[in-house]
Amino acid sequence: MYVAVKGGERAIDSAHRLLAQERRGNPSVPELSLAQIEQQLALAVDRVMTEGSLYDRALAALAVKQSRGDLIEAIFLLRAYRTTLPRLGVSLPLDTDAMVVGRRISAIFKDLPGGQILGPTFDYTHRLLDFDLAEARREPEIAPEESDGPDEGGSLPRVMDLLDREGLIESEPPEREDPPVGDLTREPLTIPAGRDVRLQNLARGDEGFLLAMGYATQRGYGRNHPFAGEIRQGEVAVTVAPEELGFPIEIGTITVTECQMVNQFKGSATAPAQFTRGYGLVFGGAERKAMAMALVDRALRGRELGEEPRSPTQDEEFVLSHSDNVESSGFVQHLKLPHYVDFQSELVLVRDLRAAHGGGSA
Amino acid sequence: MRDYNFAYLDEQTKRMIRRAVLKAVAVPGYQVPFGSREMPLSYGWGTGGVQVTASLIGPEDVLKVIDQGADDTTNAVSIRKFFARTTGVATTTRTDEATLIQTRHRIPETPLRAGQIVVFQVPIPEPLRWLEPREAETRRMHALQEYGVMYVRLYEDITRHGRVAQTYEYPVIVDGRYLMRPSPIPKFDNPKLDRSAALMLFGAGREKRIYAVPPWTSVKSLDFDDHPFEVEHWDRPCAFCGARGVFLDELIVDDKGGRLFVCSDTDFCSRRRAESEAG
Repeated sequence: MYVAVKGGERAIDSAHRLLAQERRGNPSVPELSLAQIEQQLALAVDRVMTEGSLYDRALAALAVKQSRGDLIEAIFLLRAYRTTLPRLGVSLPLDTDAMVVGRRISAIFKDLPGGQILGPTFDYTHRLLDFDLAEARREPEIAPEESDGPDEGGSLPRVMDLLDREGLIESEPPEREDPPVGDLTREPLTIPAGRDVRLQNLARGDEGFLLAMGYATQRGYGRNHPFAGEIRQGEVAVTVAPEELGFPIEIGTITVTECQMVNQFKGSATAPAQFTRGYGLVFGGAERKAMAMALVDRALRGRELGEEPRSPTQDEEFVLSHSDNVESSGFVQHLKLPHYVDFQSELVLVRDLRAAHGGGSA
Repeated sequence: MRDYNFAYLDEQTKRMIRRAVLKAVAVPGYQVPFGSREMPLSYGWGTGGVQVTASLIGPEDVLKVIDQGADDTTNAVSIRKFFARTTGVATTTRTDEATLIQTRHRIPETPLRAGQIVVFQVPIPEPLRWLEPREAETRRMHALQEYGVMYVRLYEDITRHGRVAQTYEYPVIVDGRYLMRPSPIPKFDNPKLDRSAALMLFGAGREKRIYAVPPWTSVKSLDFDDHPFEVEHWDRPCAFCGARGVFLDELIVDDKGGRLFVCSDTDFCSRRRAESEAG
């Protein structure tokens, strides 16, 4: 007797119980605390906040824990929470000039006002497994590093502004004088997209996807001759100007990484040769993502700069439609859902076609 | 952390979705862009349908959810539980009792009546997508009613196979104007869209589009005079309830090629069996 695929409800409940068990792992190993994740897996938390479009370290840590370390799943959890939050207001643009920097480098000038500040980076580490880390160490033993960075609240001039003063780089007037800027979490993407929406899309976009796209531009698919003009990471103040108050107030600080790429542009009949810009901004220390974002941003400005698009990396619709990992992960994985009705229709057709062809075995 | 609103979405979002639904009803078959939200279930699992349902459902509604025609498939169970949990409304498996029916891939066999709303989960709303990948271009084609490429595609099938080889998401013209992809329902269900008494709403979450077939609207499957539209048929009845002229699922019952053909619509099938036992 055939037993139909029934009991979906029981199966789901059991699967959830099993998942909770697997997430916890061996109960004799102490459970992870959110503080541990937030502190010691900080870059995972940063990525989840960036692509989840929500700056909240504790919730991001919770999402990482709940998702068993699957960061795309964590991003999804955070997004699905964020979408239910009321929208109380819009902040003023971040002033990254006034950033309290923890890291600031430029690859185009050996020295510059404010200096190069290496900060905490993997860049010059030797990627040798540190077996000392394998055992929990007794605290405290890492002496806090003395900082000789700029005074808090001091303003650090941006490399781009130095170039701008000479007219060497395109100036960047805001596309619109007043808000609102576009918001993809409220309005669907339309093509062509403005730079505001494009940057939002890229900031939320999958790090791996942007990395591959940015890499492709370096390998000739939409090459744009990039230099890392400046990368800075640090704390910036978030300021809002509530209408009823009439003046701006600071509501807190967030850590961000900003990347300004300097790209070549030959000029045209009407414009002299000038450098152009690509921009990347992410939460926390997701520097790789910020750089990839800046490369892709520049590649997508081709139409605006009169470049003929030849590669997918320069195709706005291609890039913006496929950058979101919550969307792509969902649609790829929905193939797991039953498709037996459609498949049955195809079976009927293929059998008919084979019969009509003659000699097709049933 | 606080609890969620009735039907999960906040009221502002519901209002935004209802506006899109109203526009979709006013322009049958036209894909209305809307500010699709992240939902707590994955894209591809019916986020568009869930948002449409969430924006329309009220405490008095009776909800039915099916996937592949069946009420007991895992995703149907999951979505029904989601609404039961976030709204507390009554749920049912009976097509005739439901006021709202959310579906993936099928239209129930039981005829629908006026006042009912069917919400389809749509993966790719654009009927021209496989012919033209660019949204900017397909929107222009719809504006100009430039649908020749679709007829050419069907014609190419006929030259190659002697018939149109499109078995699901078979393209239709709605109200004599817009080309529409009727979600991936089998073409078997296409005739049920035509002049249906119920309101048909289509939600595509990932693609951020809503479209509609209002009650009593003409929905014509594309065809040619010498190759009229046909639906699939089975040369045997349902092995459980004996129904003919319904969509049958094929079950493989052993490893020797044994097969069973049974109704895809589980509610329809189980009620026929109950009636015959009672009678």
